[in-house]
Amino acid sequence: MLKGLFNKLSEKTPFSNKYATDKTINEDIGGKDRAEDNASAQAMASGLLKKFKNGLQKSRKGFINQVDALIFRKRKIDDELLEELEELLVTGDISVSCVTEIFERLKKEIKRNAISDGDALKEALKSIILEMVDIDAPPIPWAPSPYICLMAGVNGVGKTTTIAKLANILKSQGKNPLFVASDTFRAAAIDQLLVWGKRLNIPVIHHQQGADPSAVAYDGIEAAIKRGVDVVFVDTAGRLHTKVNLMEELKKIRRVIKKHIEDAPHETLLVLDATNGQNALNQARQFNEATPISGIILTKLDGTAKGGIVVTIANELKIPIRYIGIGEKMDDLEPFSPKLFVDALFSS
Amino acid sequence: MFENLQKRLDAVFKRLKGYGRLTEENIQDALREVRLALLEADVNYKVVKDFIKRIKERAVGSEVMESLTPGQQVVKIVHDELIELLGRSASPLSLAGRTPVVIMLIGLQGSGKTTTSAKIARFLKKKGRRPYLVPADVARPAAIKQLMALSGQAGVDCYETEAKEPPQEIARKAIMQASLKGLDTVIIDTAGRLHIDEALMGELRAMKETASPQEILFVADAMTGQDAVNIARSFDEAVGITGIVLTKIEGDARGGAALSIRAVTQKPIKFIGVGEKLNDLEVFYPDRLANRILGMGDVLSLIEKATEEIDQKKALELQEKLKKNAFTLEDFRDQLKQIRRMGSLQDILNMIPGFNKLSKKMKGLLPDEKELIHIEAIINSMTPEERTNYKIINASRRRRIAKGSGTSVQDVNKLLKNYTQMQKMFKKIKKGNLKGLPFSIPKGLFG
Ligand SMILES: Nc1nc2c(ncn2[C@@H]2O[C@H](COP(=O)(O)OP(=O)(O)OP(=O)(O)O)[C@@H](O)[C@H]2O)c(=O)[nH]1
Ligand SMILES: [Mg+2]
Repeated sequence: MLKGLFNKLSEKTPFSNKYATDKTINEDIGGKDRAEDNASAQAMASGLLKKFKNGLQKSRKGFINQVDALIFRKRKIDDELLEELEELLVTGDISVSCVTEIFERLKKEIKRNAISDGDALKEALKSIILEMVDIDAPPIPWAPSPYICLMAGVNGVGKTTTIAKLANILKSQGKNPLFVASDTFRAAAIDQLLVWGKRLNIPVIHHQQGADPSAVAYDGIEAAIKRGVDVVFVDTAGRLHTKVNLMEELKKIRRVIKKHIEDAPHETLLVLDATNGQNALNQARQFNEATPISGIILTKLDGTAKGGIVVTIANELKIPIRYIGIGEKMDDLEPFSPKLFVDALFSS
Repeated sequence: MFENLQKRLDAVFKRLKGYGRLTEENIQDALREVRLALLEADVNYKVVKDFIKRIKERAVGSEVMESLTPGQQVVKIVHDELIELLGRSASPLSLAGRTPVVIMLIGLQGSGKTTTSAKIARFLKKKGRRPYLVPADVARPAAIKQLMALSGQAGVDCYETEAKEPPQEIARKAIMQASLKGLDTVIIDTAGRLHIDEALMGELRAMKETASPQEILFVADAMTGQDAVNIARSFDEAVGITGIVLTKIEGDARGGAALSIRAVTQKPIKFIGVGEKLNDLEVFYPDRLANRILGMGDVLSLIEKATEEIDQKKALELQEKLKKNAFTLEDFRDQLKQIRRMGSLQDILNMIPGFNKLSKKMKGLLPDEKELIHIEAIINSMTPEERTNYKIINASRRRRIAKGSGTSVQDVNKLLKNYTQMQKMFKKIKKGNLKGLPFSIPKGLFG
């Protein structure tokens, strides 16, 4: 779904992971780009543009109109419309409590701005959600070297694949990454990372299956310092946030990393599967408690799931969403754009 | 899983049952909360909508309004509909027929197919079958190695897949191999794929064509949200599934996806995955789950059983006694007898409403089947005086009772201890409501 949307949007606008936080959302998808787009975003943008060349030819206008026709178009605001809206948001996995909050705010807007028809309502609604999801945070600096990045998440969300995708982006910017195989639990997890390392020509520090994950992390950091690499990705085993011992293990990995470099891990990224529903909020809360999460990566948005749970998560925990995963290949990772995300939520 | 949903519904039901008469408003309020609880548990919006609609239709009908216990009736309707949604009894794998029988696992990326393949292999091996694991995921790096490693752990044979071959070829050759090796169950692990990926869905169809699997299991993550319906429907329509495996349920997911998937595919959930290790696989019992979701235990069958088995007068007498705090050892024995007549203790425990809350305390107190016989014998060896006033049972009386019942003094001590503890518990609970206990039959039932 989102992949399609991105394709549609791409012809007109260059990419950026930062959009204006203006309350009034411009119909122009580019919005007001923040000026400070760094080299990385630009490199990504050009890569993406190339990719988008093959995309669908439909214009964005046509697309959004489709949605309008379904729900908003010149309709009076009545209970029926509100119920349809609720359905739209809830089926996108936005939590009921969050939808309630959104509606509360919407009611105030309606009073204040005398919103009377569906179009205006849609815009108001979008800007409320946009505000929730657009966490103000400077882009990931990927410096100082070695920049240590710890990946965490429940089983099967896409941690390992995302590491490969991130490294791929960084490599194309001339950076020099290193992989650390701290998933010593799952069968063939080390092999999986080794395959990616080979494909990307990135070294992998690993022990045997069953080894202590923090010992691997320790060796990884040591190797990184010795070799003078720029960015270290520590892959960890998938773990359910409810398992106390496994969360302790994660904390230990973090502690051990800190022993080497005090302000590391510089980045702790939580990988969330967009197909997940309300449980993702629990995941985010618990992981954040065990080891403070600096950013979220939302994977598998190439399916039909909308990933609306991140609205609740961003709203509650104020953790920025950094990237989205839209496929299994190494270039299927894109910077998160709040604006596009909200647009996709409203596509049905 | 499901504990939260259960808590929410529990509260709603308590209130409902409390109403002597139901107004439409009462019902509306309750259903609104049921709806919310289901949505928060990730049951699909449309599934919830239909569900609530059906209940509403029945609930405002005469079935409820004319009933003497309308609150209970509504709870019963919710219960019925939930069972309807989940299916009634467990559905075992269908493995009869010519060997090798083929099982194919399909699903989204990361849902747990590979681990589940190995778990099922182990499960079947324990049942005396000879499974053959076939890694046909040539897409994800090291997926083949992963299944090979797991097959070692499970102690079952594994086909040596060549990553260069198309999955259809792998399936064909592996089945031939299985025949040659005399293995009777082929378990094919396929690559994860998106339900909207037409090309890869075609690949699954081709594999199905070649392998003629008897079971096509759709493996789904219990944490899946609203999209579960689209995903499950697409897989079912494209390939045709025979059953569902729900994975990662040991976390705190409320598991509403299970309801959604059942609702749209009408296919049974056959297994649930409850952990990362190979023996963390359980056969799925829908009725038990429905009971657990409702947190009311199977109130209805308990009520049914109770009406059949329990002397109703005695039950009422007992309630009176509990109120007056005159629960004697004789009553204790009668109660245990009743329970024994009603079926195995474990079944009864599962049926007790609110048992979760009491479970830890109660479990220690309620004896197992063998102990029950001892207990009866011990109480029978007491004098009537002793039975009504346990405090007079001193050391020499204990020795006599033990001798008379063919048990030991320790047994007698234990029984008395359990009895006094239970008495204490009754005292505590008496203030609240008695409904939570096996010994109190819900009011109105006999009225
Ligand atoms: N469609 C799609 N699939 C993805 C995406 N990201 C990862 N995957 C797939 O999801 C599956 C699991 O990915 P992994 O990277 O192994 O996930 P993980 O979190 O490392 O898994 P564990 O280490 O087993 O917990 C693989 O088949 C990936 O190809 C995505 O954005 N879209
Ligand atoms: Mg991994």
